[in-house]
Amino acid sequence: MYELFKNLGAWLVDGDQWAGPDGIGHRLAEHLQYSLLATLIAAVIALPLGLLIGHTGRGAFLAINLSSFGRALPTVGLVVLVFLASGLSMWPVYIALVALAVPSIVTNTYAGMSAVDPEVKDAARGQGMRGHQVLFQVELPLAMPLIMTGLRLALIQVVATATIAAYVSFGGLGRYVFDGLAQRDLVQVLGGAVLVAVVAVVLDLALSALQRALFRHRPAKSA
Amino acid sequence: MIQFDTVHKRFPNGTTAVHDLTLDMPEGGVTVFVGSSGCGKTTSLRMINRMVDPTSGTIRVGGRDVLEQDAAELRRSIGYVIQQSGLFPHRTVLDNIATVPLLLGWGRRKARARAAELLETVGLTAEAGKRYPHQLSGGQQQRVGVARALAADPPVLLMDEPFGAVDPVVRTQLQDELLRLQQELNKTIVFVTHDIDEAVRLGDRIAVFRTGGHLVQCAPPAELLARPADDFVADFLGAERGLKLLSLTTLADVGQGPAPEGTGWELVLDAARKPLLWRDEGTSAEVPVRPLRDSDSLLSALNESIAAPGGLVARVDADGVLTGVTSRDEIHDRAGLAHIAAGTRLDTPEDAGDTSDTAVHEDTDVAS
Repeated sequence: MYELFKNLGAWLVDGDQWAGPDGIGHRLAEHLQYSLLATLIAAVIALPLGLLIGHTGRGAFLAINLSSFGRALPTVGLVVLVFLASGLSMWPVYIALVALAVPSIVTNTYAGMSAVDPEVKDAARGQGMRGHQVLFQVELPLAMPLIMTGLRLALIQVVATATIAAYVSFGGLGRYVFDGLAQRDLVQVLGGAVLVAVVAVVLDLALSALQRALFRHRPAKSA
Repeated sequence: MIQFDTVHKRFPNGTTAVHDLTLDMPEGGVTVFVGSSGCGKTTSLRMINRMVDPTSGTIRVGGRDVLEQDAAELRRSIGYVIQQSGLFPHRTVLDNIATVPLLLGWGRRKARARAAELLETVGLTAEAGKRYPHQLSGGQQQRVGVARALAADPPVLLMDEPFGAVDPVVRTQLQDELLRLQQELNKTIVFVTHDIDEAVRLGDRIAVFRTGGHLVQCAPPAELLARPADDFVADFLGAERGLKLLSLTTLADVGQGPAPEGTGWELVLDAARKPLLWRDEGTSAEVPVRPLRDSDSLLSALNESIAAPGGLVARVDADGVLTGVTSRDEIHDRAGLAHIAAGTRLDTPEDAGDTSDTAVHEDTDVAS
């Protein structure tokens, strides 16, 4: 056990391991690229949907149940399915990652919108704001903390799952996991896994800090 | 200024919130809608700025049918204050107040300058403008709510139980402030409350609503208290309505004179002739004195005459200097006269026109 961790440590700090097209630096960049792009696409789809459901109050059932649906969806299965349909391309990876990210963004956006005090919305209308003004000047800013939480959760999930890109022969940190498994190189597998975990945790902490900084004026009750 | 013409509101679930309401509110002055919960007073108020649209009937503000106007534009032209203030938690106090001017396209600088001016009007410091609503007390938030409603200087102000959520001491302060503001600005105010004391205090006219959305009576406070239209109104006004009536009359007309001899109590004054205390001439026991001014109500005078030794009330001028004393009997007599005056005003012909708005509806469809 001790030997394993020693080798892992050596693997992670080895300068050669970080350089070149197979190096950790490049794999990390690939991994982040997949993750950010997938989350961005998911946000473009999910944010308007969540805002619309929250503003009109219609389709709340969908917003509430989408997250459990998303959790039940087998990501690897989806990759294989799209892979079989589309052949060798990045499509399976992005479709699977977007499908993973959309539910938490929709659900949290909706939750943020429905947590806006009805009295405040009523007051906004009563002061003479039109529907879109209520949405963009009152509801959206007030729902923002929860919307950002949704984006953060989605990104973390996507980062942790983007290893599947390597499953269909692409790059990212998953490369080490799948290559290591194929070569029965436990140190490499573990190294890849640790890197993914570290990236996820660091992103989570950084985004939490950003959220706190942005919303420091908010009353403590909104979580 | 605001006219309701046979306005009816039935909600989709079948309940009738407002039943054939016909009411005319003249320009300037405070009309208070009172009644227990579910009587339609808030719905009636919200129909004025189209937060609720009537099922039938017409509402006119300044002669124009509200249904023919764009709802958002109409609302920008009418001040609206709600319970719990409904302030925007993500905006500073200053930006909250600037809401309507910004919607009207005044530009940020002009809107903020106006907001800063209003902070002062409602008795808040410039420093409070930089804070966020949750950093203010409930009373301060309510002041901000009033300032926000006044920002674009609308002629009409709608206030929906604005002081319902603050403690009684702060509520009294806010009521005083509102009366002071109203004296300055002379808006047409519609004020909803379930507190009859608040209604008597603030209202130039009080409209009493009964469950099912019926307007039972609309009259000036003195008339309402002296001549309730029916048992419902009398019950609503409470058993002490006679005393409430006295809160509307001041001490100014009540005679005063030097302290009579032989009551056994001596009023001790300081060098500036300000009353200090009552002293028992026999035992030298001392009782604190609470002198009253001409602007104090007959109700507080009656209260003081009961509490004061010998039934004597010390009267002072604006500087607190003794002007004379008034006996319990004089106050009592005056209180009786106030009742008679309020009760008979209805019968004098020249005033008949003023009271024609007293509306009593038939109980054709009692819901329960």
